[in-house]
Amino acid sequence: MLVNKGRPNRLGIAGWLGGGRWGFERYLFTLHRVTGLGLLLYFLMHIFVTTSRAFGKQAWETAMSLVTGPLFKTGEYLVFLAFAFHAVNGIRLVLIELGFGVGRPIEPVYPYRTSVDVQRPLAIGVMVVAAIIAVLGGVQFMNSLR
Amino acid sequence: MRDQRLWTWHVGAGIVILVFLGLHMAIMHVDTLLGVFNAPRTEAIDWENVVHRAQSAFFVVTYVVLLGTALFHGLYGLRNIVFELNPTSGLKKAVNVVLLIGGIGLFGLGAWAAIASRAL
Repeated sequence: MLVNKGRPNRLGIAGWLGGGRWGFERYLFTLHRVTGLGLLLYFLMHIFVTTSRAFGKQAWETAMSLVTGPLFKTGEYLVFLAFAFHAVNGIRLVLIELGFGVGRPIEPVYPYRTSVDVQRPLAIGVMVVAAIIAVLGGVQFMNSLR
Repeated sequence: MRDQRLWTWHVGAGIVILVFLGLHMAIMHVDTLLGVFNAPRTEAIDWENVVHRAQSAFFVVTYVVLLGTALFHGLYGLRNIVFELNPTSGLKKAVNVVLLIGGIGLFGLGAWAAIASRAL
């Protein structure tokens, strides 16, 4: 059985913010983790709040009254933004894991070429899609504040 | 081998979540523009819309599937982040037990609420 005896992860969480000459995709990795943790935290609270519907109308409306107002609406929109980013970036990660959008394998002949340049249009494309979803959600968000 | 299998489930769960959470987000956050899921001039969280969804077998099934896949995807992702910080083997075991018991408990609570709400 193979055992990884490599260098441990010495950078820790601080390494999410910077650790060398990182490209655009490395910051998408960090943002993917941060949004994932934020979505998980929201989801755990969401389970408890929405469970109130099983106890009837009054319990539901009491629970909803606790999470209303501009502060919660803004927080809700931040969750929506996190969802938009995490979802479309997740699609990009699945595509890359399956070998799509990274180019064909080539001989490692000098001057070496990196597949990152091949991946870049996909990364930019999914961020454009995330921005469109964010704007659509933003319209509903603005309407809900009126 | 076990972690490869769990990682595959993590990716598969992400795809399932994409479909069901995409639908959920469309209903809850974009329906002012779409206008197809909720009654006219009402909010998605208004009680009549909540009851309508709670009594629909389609929504109950999608809620339970979304609950299970999202809990697995989120808690396994959290486990990966914690394990990358090189905790001791004892702490790893503790994290596994806490996330497993917490995940099963939250799934039980959420699934009960989805099924019990059918009687509203």
